[in-house]
Amino acid sequence: MTRRRSTPLTIAMLAALAYFLLPLFWLVVASTKSTEDLFTTFGLWFSDSPRLFTNIYGTLTHDGGIFAHWMLNTVVYAVVSALGAALLAAAAGYGFAKFRFRGHSAAFNAVLGAIMVPTTALAIPTYLLFAQVGLVNTPWAVILPSLVSPFGFYLMRVYAQDAVPDSILEAARLDGASEVRIFFRIVMRLLAPGLVTVVLFTLVATWNNYLLPLIMLNDPSLYPVTVGLASWGSQAVGGGSGANSDMLALLLTGSTLSVVPLVVAFLLLQRYWQSGLATGGVKG
Amino acid sequence: MTATTAASYEDSQRAAATRHRRVGARNGATGALFAAPFLVLFLVLFLAPLGYAAYLSLFQTKIVGGTTFVGLDNYLKAVQDPLLVRGVVRVATFFVIQVPVMLLLALLFALALDSGLVRLARVVRLGIFVPYAVPSVVASLMWGYLYGPDYGPFAQLSRAFDLPVPRFLSEGWMLGSLANVVTWEFVGYNMIILYAALRAIPGDLYEAAAVDGAGAWRIAWSIKLPALRPALLLALMFSVIGSFQLFNEPNLLQRIAPDVIDSAYTANLYAYTLAFTGQQTNYAAAVSFLLGLVIVIVSYAVLLTANRRRTP
Repeated sequence: MTRRRSTPLTIAMLAALAYFLLPLFWLVVASTKSTEDLFTTFGLWFSDSPRLFTNIYGTLTHDGGIFAHWMLNTVVYAVVSALGAALLAAAAGYGFAKFRFRGHSAAFNAVLGAIMVPTTALAIPTYLLFAQVGLVNTPWAVILPSLVSPFGFYLMRVYAQDAVPDSILEAARLDGASEVRIFFRIVMRLLAPGLVTVVLFTLVATWNNYLLPLIMLNDPSLYPVTVGLASWGSQAVGGGSGANSDMLALLLTGSTLSVVPLVVAFLLLQRYWQSGLATGGVKG
Repeated sequence: MTATTAASYEDSQRAAATRHRRVGARNGATGALFAAPFLVLFLVLFLAPLGYAAYLSLFQTKIVGGTTFVGLDNYLKAVQDPLLVRGVVRVATFFVIQVPVMLLLALLFALALDSGLVRLARVVRLGIFVPYAVPSVVASLMWGYLYGPDYGPFAQLSRAFDLPVPRFLSEGWMLGSLANVVTWEFVGYNMIILYAALRAIPGDLYEAAAVDGAGAWRIAWSIKLPALRPALLLALMFSVIGSFQLFNEPNLLQRIAPDVIDSAYTANLYAYTLAFTGQQTNYAAAVSFLLGLVIVIVSYAVLLTANRRRTP
């Protein structure tokens, strides 16, 4: 089937695309420049002496390689949180979708109401509580709060309702399969597309989280890359001075490096999150 | 005969009910067990901090006299605190300006991409979505440098063409500049939610409309927009939460515009300052709690308004 295409609409959409990609293009260009070139050459094009690899080397070796440390922390925090949150949400979503139990609807409504409680308004109370039990300034302070995703739970419940047919569950029970076995062998497989969505979105939320690690951690070797870059940002104000004169180039190169993994993950997994998002949007 | 049939029928019904109840009870326990890990963590990491903050907010710590129970004094102080009121008014203004712009753009993009009239639609869709994968810290730093009045590319271009340099970081422009950063970050995300909802509309609806002689605009208005309602509502709810807790962007732009963004620029920034710079833990707890309450109330208000309009 041939479809009619509209040139004016295409041009308008390409203009919109330019707005969304231009800042990232600027960032990539900036990470090929020395701090001096950043101030003396036009921002949206390369300078005569591109030095991307010098900058990457500088970023990775600055302060004893702390940047690589931050990236590693971010990966650990984000992956543990995302997998944990998805597993918890899947089990609970399945439990709520396919079973009725005491306090079923009360618990469901409580969690649903929690979707509206903003995580940052919760961050300070969580900090106050964690300070009491000595969890502050440990990786757990960042991971534990990220494990509970009310929206992920809601998404998994809606998804499990349709994706897990009762007949399959009954057949498996008649075959004598235990409930745990049914969940891990059958249900998890059926929930996979929804799970990928929850994993991906918790991953992004944790990867990009700033306020929570900012208040929870004060040891720089525990920082995720967002808090680390923000701390470089304060040193780079006005281009830095003295020992920090190269800080701006490092900050911008580090920013580019920190963006690459997530963008690649989204492009590779687009089939999953696009279909998974439909679940939340269509039935919300 | 009839009596015995009825009796046996009742018996079998009762037996079935008992059996059902037994199966149901076993199932119920299983379901609760599956839900338990999540619910326990929810209790410990969600409700407990809220409860603890509520508890702390009822006390005051003074240098002389230590910690004393003051009831709702902190809340009375908070609702009269000009810094907090200013911060809440500012994020409310931000919400009223930024959210409609963002959702309208997301809606237009989703409709355009769904119409099949755009070339390179896949590339455009992914490109608009990409900023969502960029941490707000990086987005704010990046836009901060782009806004720069000395070396930012916009300033460079303006000077090259002898135009006045835009003052993105001045007091009058700052809220708009922040709105631009947030819009840049989240239009793509909202667009994808709406686009996914559009894709889920069954094709025969379009065919039926075409048979009835409906044009593209008519189809967009009468079929697509109503089908987008739940998705739009979801996007709106998340936007309420996002706007009222605005923190990352002003916190990062504060470094390059300290004269414009003070430590109480948004309500959340103020709560953060109280807790970590001012060491006013009890008051900060009250402010966070109050801010959470404001967000829940606004969310419900939005939800109720939207639902009332649907069923007149």
